[in-house]
Amino acid sequence: MITELGHFALILAFMIAIVQMVVPLIGAQKRWPGWMAVAEPAAQAQFFFTAFAFGALVWAFVTSDFSLRLVTLNSHSAKPMLYKISGTWGNHEGSMLLWVLIVALFGALASVFGNGLPQTLKARVLAVQASIGVAFFAFILFTSNPFLRLSVPPFDGQDLNPLLQDPGLAFHPPFLYLGYVGLSMAFSFAVAALIEGRVDAAWARWVRPWTLAAWIFLTIGIALGSWWAYYELGWGGFWFWDPVENASFMPWLLAAALLHSAIVVEKREALKSWTILLAILAFGFSLIGTFIVRSGLLTSVHAFANDSERGIFILMILAFFTGGALTLFAARAQSMQARGVFGLVSREGALVTNNILLAVGCFVVFFGTLWPIVAEMAFDRKLSVGPPFFNAAFTPFMVLLGAALPIGAMMPWKRGKLRRTLYKLRYAFGLALALAVLAWAMQTGRSGLGPIGLFVGAWVVFGAAVDLWGRTGSLGRMLRLPRADWGKATAHAGLGVTIFAIAGLTAWEQEDIRVAQIGQPFTVGAYSLTLDSVERARGPNYFTTMGTVSVRRSGSDVAVLYPEKRDYPVAKMPTTEAAIDYRLLRDLYVVIGDQQDNGGWTVRTYIKPLANWIWGGCLLMALGGLLSLSDRRFRVAAGAGRGQAGSVKPTGVAAE
Amino acid sequence: MKNLKKQRRIQVVALAVVALVVSTVAIGTALKDGINYFRSPSQVVETPPPASEVFRIGGLVEDGSLIRGQGEVVRFSVTDGGATVPVTFTGVLPDLFEENQGMVGTGSLVNGVFEASEILAKHDETYMPKEVVDALKEQGVYQDPES
Repeated sequence: MITELGHFALILAFMIAIVQMVVPLIGAQKRWPGWMAVAEPAAQAQFFFTAFAFGALVWAFVTSDFSLRLVTLNSHSAKPMLYKISGTWGNHEGSMLLWVLIVALFGALASVFGNGLPQTLKARVLAVQASIGVAFFAFILFTSNPFLRLSVPPFDGQDLNPLLQDPGLAFHPPFLYLGYVGLSMAFSFAVAALIEGRVDAAWARWVRPWTLAAWIFLTIGIALGSWWAYYELGWGGFWFWDPVENASFMPWLLAAALLHSAIVVEKREALKSWTILLAILAFGFSLIGTFIVRSGLLTSVHAFANDSERGIFILMILAFFTGGALTLFAARAQSMQARGVFGLVSREGALVTNNILLAVGCFVVFFGTLWPIVAEMAFDRKLSVGPPFFNAAFTPFMVLLGAALPIGAMMPWKRGKLRRTLYKLRYAFGLALALAVLAWAMQTGRSGLGPIGLFVGAWVVFGAAVDLWGRTGSLGRMLRLPRADWGKATAHAGLGVTIFAIAGLTAWEQEDIRVAQIGQPFTVGAYSLTLDSVERARGPNYFTTMGTVSVRRSGSDVAVLYPEKRDYPVAKMPTTEAAIDYRLLRDLYVVIGDQQDNGGWTVRTYIKPLANWIWGGCLLMALGGLLSLSDRRFRVAAGAGRGQAGSVKPTGVAAE
Repeated sequence: MKNLKKQRRIQVVALAVVALVVSTVAIGTALKDGINYFRSPSQVVETPPPASEVFRIGGLVEDGSLIRGQGEVVRFSVTDGGATVPVTFTGVLPDLFEENQGMVGTGSLVNGVFEASEILAKHDETYMPKEVVDALKEQGVYQDPES
C-alpha cells in the first residue's frame, strides 16, 4: 500500500514540476505576479511529494518487502539495518530517485531562502530548476521505475553487492549527489540570469553560497569514495583515474573555478560571461558524469549494471540542457558587460590564472576520459588511457596552481606589485624550501617527486598562514577576521596538505608480496611481520578466513592486524578486507591472499606514509568552505532579503 | 577605458590560448606512454607486440589452467576461443577472479608469456568487460548470459 502511495506521490511530483516549469516562466515574461508566485509553493510541494516517494522506497527496504523487484534484487533479510537503508540508493533506480529528491530539495531551499531575490529572477530560477526535475522524473518513471512489483514475490532477496555494505559507501552517494545536483542550482541561476539579461554583484552573492555548498558536498563525497576504495578494495590505491572517478572529479574542478570567478563578479563586476559559462559547464559535467556512470559506454570497474536505452535518455537530457543553455549564452553573452577594469598583475588576474589552470586541468581529464571512445569510433582501435597519462598531463597544472596560489591569494585587487607580494612571502618560501631540502637529504636515491610535493604543499600551507597573519599582525585581531578570510586560508591549507600527502605517499610508499609461513617472521621496511594463525569463522551474512598478523618494530610490539577474505553466500561474491594500522605518519596495510599448497599464505604488505593526510586535507578544504559559507555577508544578504520581502509583498497583492 | 578593456580581453584570450597549447602538448606527450592498446589473445598470437610495449589483454580464463598456491606468482591462460596466451601475475588476484570468467590484464608480452602487472577486478558478478565481449564475439564463442 505504502509502495503504491509512493509511486503515486512520485507521479504527482512529476506533474507539479511540469506546472512549476511552465507557469512561472510565462509569468516572469508577462510580469504577472500571480503566475510567478506559483513557483514557490510548487517547489515546496514537489519536494514534499518526492520526499514521500523516497520515504516509501526506504520503508520497502527497511521492511524487506520482497514483492518489490528492486528490493528483491538488492536486499536480503539477514542484512544489517544500516545497509538495508543504504541499499535504497545502492542501485540504479534508487540512486536516481535520490538524485531527483536532491534536485527538488535545492529548489525548495531556494524558494525558502530566496526571499531577497528579485521576483522575476526567483520565478525563473525555480522554473529552470523544475525543468531539470521534469527531465529526471521522466527518466525515472519511463526507464527506471523503482516501484515495479513482482507477480510472484520470492522468499528472500539476492542481497546488496557486499562491497557496498560498508559505512564509507553508505554515505558516499548522498554526499556526492548533493554536490553533483547542487551545481544544478548554479546552473539555474545562470540560465535565469541569461533570460533576465542581467548579471550583477547581487546575483553573484546569491550564486556563491549555493556553489560553495555544492563544492563542499562534492569534496566530502569524493574523499569518502576514495577512502572507501583505499580500505575496502584491497588494492592499496586511493585514486585510479577510472572514468567514474574522473566523472566526479571534473565537476569538482569546475566548481572550484566557479567559486573563484564568482568572487570577481561579486567584488568587481568583471568576468561575468565567463562565470555564467562556468556555471553551465559545471552542471554539464555533472550530467556527463551521470551519463558515463549509467550508460556503460566506458569500461569501468564500478559501473552500474546498465543498458543503452537509459544511456540514450540521459544523453538527450545532457544535450538539451547544455546545448540549450550554451545557445542561450551565445545569444545573450553580449549583454554581460564588465564594469571594472583591472591590471594583469592583480587579484583579478590571479583568479583568472586560477580559472585557466583549473579549466585546463579539467580539459585534460576530460580528454583522457573520453579518448578511448574517440579512438574506437574514429580509428577503430581499442585502447585505454591509464594513470601514466594523467600523472604526466594533469599534475604539472596542479603544481603550477599550487606554486601560484599563495602569491595570488595575497595580491591586492585592481593593480598589484608582484615584488611587494613576493617580499611578504619570503619566510614562507624559505621555510618550504628548507623542508624540501631536508626531505631530499633524508630520502635515499629516489625521485624528486617527494621533495617537490613537500615544497608545494608547505608553500601553500605557510602562504595561507602568512596571508592571515599579514592582514593583522596580532593573534587577537586575527581571531576577529571575517570568517570568509579564515575559510579561504583553511581551504587553501587543506589543498596544500592534500598535495603534500599525495606526493609523499606516491614517492615513499613501500610494497612487499610474499608467501608467508605461519610463525615465520618477515621484514618489510622497518617492520617485522609474523603471520601467527589463520582461522575460518562466520559473520552475520558471510563466511570469513581471517589471518592474525603481529607487527613488531625493533623488538617492541606495534600492532596486531586481522586481514580477512570474506565470502558472501547469497550474493555469491568474495571480498577482500584489508587490515590497516592507522598512524599519524604512516599506514600499515596488510592483505591476505590464497592458501599455498605448502601451507603458507600469500600476504601483501604496504607501508603507506601520510595516507591519512590525503583525507585530512580534503576535510580541511570542506571545513574551509563551511567557514566561508557561514560568513556574515551571506547571512546579511539573506536577512536583508527577509526585510525587503515584507515590504514587497503588499504591492504584489495590490497589483492583483 | 574602452581600450583598456579591449586590451585586457586580448591578454586574457592570449593567456587562454597559451594554456590550451601547453595542455595540448602535455596531452600529446603523455599519450605516448599513457595509452594501452587492447589486444585479444588471437591478435597477440598473430602479431606479437614487442616486450617493451605495455598493452591490455582480455578474454576468458581457460578452464583448468588456473594454478594458485605455488608461491606468490599465479599462472593461468587467457583465451578468446581462437587462441590462448599464458599469463603470469605476481600478487593477490581480484576477488571475483575465476576460471571461465572474463578478465582484463595490463602488462607486456615477454617470450610468449603475458606478464601482467595489473588484473582488472569487477564489482559484481554479472559484469563482463565490453572489450572481452567484443573479442569473444569476433571468434563466435560469445554466449549471452541472459539467453
